[in-house]
Amino acid sequence: MIWTAFTALLSHWRYRPLQLATLLVGVALATALWSGVQAINSEARASYDRAASVLEQNRFDQLLSRDGKGIAIDTYAALRRAGWNVSPVIEGDHRFGSVRIRLIGIDPLSMPAQARAFPISGASDLAGFAGGTVLVVSPRTAERLGRPEGLKVNVSADLPDDAAFVDIGLADRLLGAGGALTRLVVGPDQRQGLPPIAQIAPGLALQPAGETPDVTRLTDSFHLNLTAFGFLAFVVGLFIVYSATGLSFEQRRATFRTLRALGVPLRSLTVMLVAELMLIALVAGVIGVVLGYFIASALLPGVAATLKGLYGASVPGALSLRPQWWAAGIAIAVLGTAVSSSQSLWRVWTMPLLSAGQSRAWARASAKALRLQAAAGLVLLAGALGVALLGHGLAAGFAVLGGLLLGAALLLPIVLSGALWGAERLSRGALTQWFWADTRLQLPGLSLALMALLLALSANIGVGTMVSSFRQTFVGWLDQRLAAELYVTARDEAEAARLREWLAGRVDAVLPIWNVEREVLGQQIQIFGVADDPTYRDHWPLLEGTADVWDRLASGQGALINEQMWRSRHLQPGQTIRMPGGWDVVVAGVYSDYGNPRGQVMIGLDALTRHYPDVTRLRYGLRIAPERVADFRRRLVQEFQLPNANIIDQAALKTQSRAVFEQTFSVTGALNILTLAVAGFAMFSSLLTLSGIRLPQLAPVWAMGVRRRDLALLEVARTVALWLATFVAAVPVGLALAWVLLSVVNVEAFGWKLPIAFFPLDWLRLGGVALVAALISVFLPVRRLATVSPAGLLRIFANER
Amino acid sequence: MILSARNITKSYPTAEGLLPILKGIDLDLDAGETVALTGESGSGKSTLLHLAAGLDRPDAGEVIVSGRDIGKLDDRGRAAYRRSDVGLVFQQFNLIPSLSVAANISFHARLAGRFDAAWERELTERLGLSQLLARYPEQLSGGQQQRVAIGRTLAARPPLVLADEPTGNLDEATGDAVLDLMLSLSKTAGSALLLVTHSARLADKLDRKVLLRGGMIAA
Repeated sequence: MIWTAFTALLSHWRYRPLQLATLLVGVALATALWSGVQAINSEARASYDRAASVLEQNRFDQLLSRDGKGIAIDTYAALRRAGWNVSPVIEGDHRFGSVRIRLIGIDPLSMPAQARAFPISGASDLAGFAGGTVLVVSPRTAERLGRPEGLKVNVSADLPDDAAFVDIGLADRLLGAGGALTRLVVGPDQRQGLPPIAQIAPGLALQPAGETPDVTRLTDSFHLNLTAFGFLAFVVGLFIVYSATGLSFEQRRATFRTLRALGVPLRSLTVMLVAELMLIALVAGVIGVVLGYFIASALLPGVAATLKGLYGASVPGALSLRPQWWAAGIAIAVLGTAVSSSQSLWRVWTMPLLSAGQSRAWARASAKALRLQAAAGLVLLAGALGVALLGHGLAAGFAVLGGLLLGAALLLPIVLSGALWGAERLSRGALTQWFWADTRLQLPGLSLALMALLLALSANIGVGTMVSSFRQTFVGWLDQRLAAELYVTARDEAEAARLREWLAGRVDAVLPIWNVEREVLGQQIQIFGVADDPTYRDHWPLLEGTADVWDRLASGQGALINEQMWRSRHLQPGQTIRMPGGWDVVVAGVYSDYGNPRGQVMIGLDALTRHYPDVTRLRYGLRIAPERVADFRRRLVQEFQLPNANIIDQAALKTQSRAVFEQTFSVTGALNILTLAVAGFAMFSSLLTLSGIRLPQLAPVWAMGVRRRDLALLEVARTVALWLATFVAAVPVGLALAWVLLSVVNVEAFGWKLPIAFFPLDWLRLGGVALVAALISVFLPVRRLATVSPAGLLRIFANER
Repeated sequence: MILSARNITKSYPTAEGLLPILKGIDLDLDAGETVALTGESGSGKSTLLHLAAGLDRPDAGEVIVSGRDIGKLDDRGRAAYRRSDVGLVFQQFNLIPSLSVAANISFHARLAGRFDAAWERELTERLGLSQLLARYPEQLSGGQQQRVAIGRTLAARPPLVLADEPTGNLDEATGDAVLDLMLSLSKTAGSALLLVTHSARLADKLDRKVLLRGGMIAA
């Protein structure tokens, strides 16, 4: 009996293959976007963990200097003498020509074997590494590095990109650390009864093993952002599922009634429907996970670029398949299908045996339900406003985003219904009046798709405005900040000294770009020195600053800090900060520093060389008349035989920076387009579904003398009108979204605040795309209507239908 | 003469091949005349009505209404014919669910460009719909809905009214009342009426009866 009844239920799909396809595509798209984003997130997180484990040996306790000045060799020796099994590390960023990488200098003899990320087997390997001429890097980094002079590059596939393991002696030499150790790795096996570390080395602090790496904390917001996008697309996909299952259940009401009348128990019927849905969810889930893999593979290089650009985090551009990802993807497909079809299942469960089939009932919404929806929408908007005014932190930012989007989406059908009612009242012609009234009648059946569209369009406008505002500010900022016409990097200190000598008198100004990496206020940051030059006084963009900021910098008493440090450390101009080496400096101003994930301090050049004499002095910005740049560049090459990569002109640098910027937001753009595509499909499936029940509404109008062609054109006009109205509603919602992103989320996530700018042309372009999508979505349903035979329409009037 | 059908044939394609429905029908209807078209199910009554309404074309023969062969009109011409020259009443009412009763009644007249407020007021009063004008079709009973459908048809004062079992969904008393109203209002509007019905009792109320059997006129 059960099998017979089940096949009767399944036979529905044989007659409605398009409906089945819609359902499968809905579940598959929702699963694909969700699991794609999750795959990207888990790949990135696995990469952070690997980097933390390999680069920072965070599986072991570490000892760090409390004052950020580095650890003296004597301290290390004292600990070893006392019996402590510790291993020294010297690390820092180093530039090989134009390639900047992180050098990790280790002592292969004392480093615990588990902390070495690459194998050293045998005496010859060890001798080669300890000989101080070997760099061990990932294959990709090896490609970028080429053949550094006097060094041998060994490749290890287990290493993260943009990092190199070297012998500690080589690191000391290349980084100019002067023997100061960055940290000590505490071995896992220690003898009993050793004297406490605090007693031997009171200047050191213990960092326990397994602490979350900085980059994980930094990038949390980005991944939350991606997850929010994935969730948005997932919800939009579920709208399609909700709509398709709702209709298929309503269309089979008569079948349900017949089956029950023939003796199939309600419980068995419900179980059969659940089994049917789960079958569909499993098939669509597998399709979705495969699709998700391709989406993630396509997006991952962009995400890697974003993470590198915004946070300096290195993530491989290739995806690895994880079994838990398959399981999670299929589970989310099943869960999503269950959630979106629960209402339909409940209706079957509570349906009286004698209830009549109402194939159009699903498209109707009761006035009470609409009132409830409006109330929920208003509560969410009010909640979002309240959190925006009173809340703090990233979670509050996302709560505002969620409340705003969901509240606006819930209110949309009510607002549209009101507008259509007004249009109907104002219209004079019979056909116009019918057009508006009929559009209002279609609204409940289309409202989910329109809500999905509003979400997608608002997200597009909001994120687009954020990116464009960012771009505009960034480009202006680049123009100010990259004031030097030429940037030159010497290959070593001797060449740098010769360069300085040669440049004197040949250019308008030489601006050293020198920096050291040290710990300030518990954070590893860059300390730059700036020359006292009009270039800085005239061009450097300041967010805050005292009137005499540049004088104070030149005198060595003042410092500028970047926006990230200002916001994260709550520093104010006038406040004093303790610098590495134990001297104090007053914060004289704050400058914007977009794209840099870390804190930065700028002091006078003299102060830098005085307090940090070990500073590398290789890079220079040159001021020169723009028409002399090409010729001067040639002369520099002739004189010093510098490779092209070591001499970069301003235009090339700006082009590079803009390319990095665009790449950074490519993933956001791709997700925007995908979400819009899913919303477009939601609209298409709703229109297609509605077209199946439109004939009884349209046939009387046709019978009274309106041609099929005109009715089809009116259907197109109706769809375009609804898309247009949704688009108009999406503009203020999108702008509110942009404001939250720029003023709340960005500050928390990236550490900088941007002014909002409006780009109406971008909205028009998006409106154009939406219009094309509307026309595509309505094409098939309208074609169906325009080509329906008179016999098909006459069946509507048949007395025995 | 308002309607003249000559040697009409019509077939519909089925899985078994072409199924002939009308096999050479001749029918005339004078202006203001009321004719009942009766016959068993499948005898071709509704098909003949659809051809007269310009909803479909005959395979052969002529359907002349007000001097024009509507079978030869193109899609635009037949749409214009349906707007201006003919009114239709169906068993299923086929009201427009999105429009109020008032808007439904005036809809066809406004499409035809013949809206007459005084006539519509008289119609709604005589149909007993004056108190229901702001309601929507789904809020009305079957009898009320059919009265709205009749009002919609007659508001345009078409020279020819075609009704397909207009009382088929109503109980006997309501059906009688609705038909009486329809006949009376058609007379006032000066419209001829061709009415399809199964009921001999209702057919007796009209000027003339035509019986269809097997796609041909039997009597």
